[in-house]
Amino acid sequence: MNADALRPLVFAELRKIAPELEAGEVAPDKLLRDQVDLDSMDWLNFLIAVHQRFGVEIAESDYAALDTLDRICEYIAARNSTPS
Amino acid sequence: MIEFKLPSLGADMDEGKLLAWKVKPGDGVKKGDVVAIVDTTKAAVDVESWQEGTVHELLVEPGTTIPVGTVLARFLAPGEKPGEAAPAAATEAPGAPAPARDRKPVSPAARRRATELGVDPDTVEGTGPHGVVTIEDIERTAGKPAPGAPPDRAAEMRKAIAAAMSRSKREIPHYYLAETIPMLRATDWLAAENAKRPLTGRILMAVLQLKAVALALKGFPDLNGTWREGLYQPSQAVHLGVAISLRQGGLVAPAIRDVPELTLDDLMKSLADLVKRARAGSLKSSEMSDPTITVTNLGEAGVESTFAVIYPPQAAIVGFGRVAPRPWVEEGAVIARPTVVATLSADHRVSDGHRGAAFLADLSRRLQEPENL
Repeated sequence: MNADALRPLVFAELRKIAPELEAGEVAPDKLLRDQVDLDSMDWLNFLIAVHQRFGVEIAESDYAALDTLDRICEYIAARNSTPS
Repeated sequence: MIEFKLPSLGADMDEGKLLAWKVKPGDGVKKGDVVAIVDTTKAAVDVESWQEGTVHELLVEPGTTIPVGTVLARFLAPGEKPGEAAPAAATEAPGAPAPARDRKPVSPAARRRATELGVDPDTVEGTGPHGVVTIEDIERTAGKPAPGAPPDRAAEMRKAIAAAMSRSKREIPHYYLAETIPMLRATDWLAAENAKRPLTGRILMAVLQLKAVALALKGFPDLNGTWREGLYQPSQAVHLGVAISLRQGGLVAPAIRDVPELTLDDLMKSLADLVKRARAGSLKSSEMSDPTITVTNLGEAGVESTFAVIYPPQAAIVGFGRVAPRPWVEEGAVIARPTVVATLSADHRVSDGHRGAAFLADLSRRLQEPENL
């Protein structure tokens, strides 16, 4: 699954953390934490949800690179070809 | 016979709405069992029993709003039979105010609402248990809002926070201290530790900060306790209230109990569980009433430091700002180092600035030895 196809699935996981988000409210190429109120616990829970849904292990040293919805989707797409 | 009363679940709670009973007459209850679910302005709280006994009768119907201190149910003490004359004992959270006996039964929140609406509460017929005048009675008398209108939860929470914080600023002579703490060792240690762990087992910096605060407090009982009715009671245990912002606005500060005794892993699990339940609106009464001090962390909101308002009846609150690289002088040279500004707001009736400064110094020292947390 490519990054475009992953985007709605990843957004669905984000919405479990931030249920107030509406579809289309998050610009995929803009900094995610500028658009969504996520503290470090929310962020960790979101990454755990991504890990559990797509089977991708995410190193803490990669957190800084995962700053937009697009980059998160690209990260997943590059590491897992068989998402659930 | 034991009277099971609605406990005060914080300085900002005057009344609650009984949502459901979790027991029925004849059920045995132990200390800590959930007896009822009560809706406060902040969350639906599982109210636990503080004593052992058998449920004899339930006195309040679900859906009823009752003031703190109202008898909700009667329990038979262990070994007591129905009809036996036994000394009445009350079961409620420690520190819950005694119900007023020398004035018309009007909840404090209803009295405030009456003042706002220009209603004399002594002329209002109470429909609460035992004739208590509730907010609904006052508003009905004033002709607003329409009966059955859904409560504005955000507005109610704002009012509750306003009441508690106004009381704090009115009654507690705060003093404020700040300390810039170098965080290189803590950030390096945490990065190395988390690199060894799977995603699901990682620890947040907030956990190191909470543990360091809790360990430091063991030596500062004058910062860890409660002030009630002119008397300060230090706490032997350190139950940290953790300020948690809610997504719909407002905040709660439930307790993690006995933090010095928890490993970092256990503390991380407790914090994750508490945040999850706080945001789902599902907390326990003991978590709301147990904090002996509160910690607030606004660093992730981007602020450098926070000088917080003490949550009564506690005597201090610790604040953390953002951990970030800043200029730091080491061996005469200015270098970039991660630092954090830790602050202490404390009750000057209980401690002096000298003690507060010693506490922050101890906290700083402990954060330089993260492997010992």
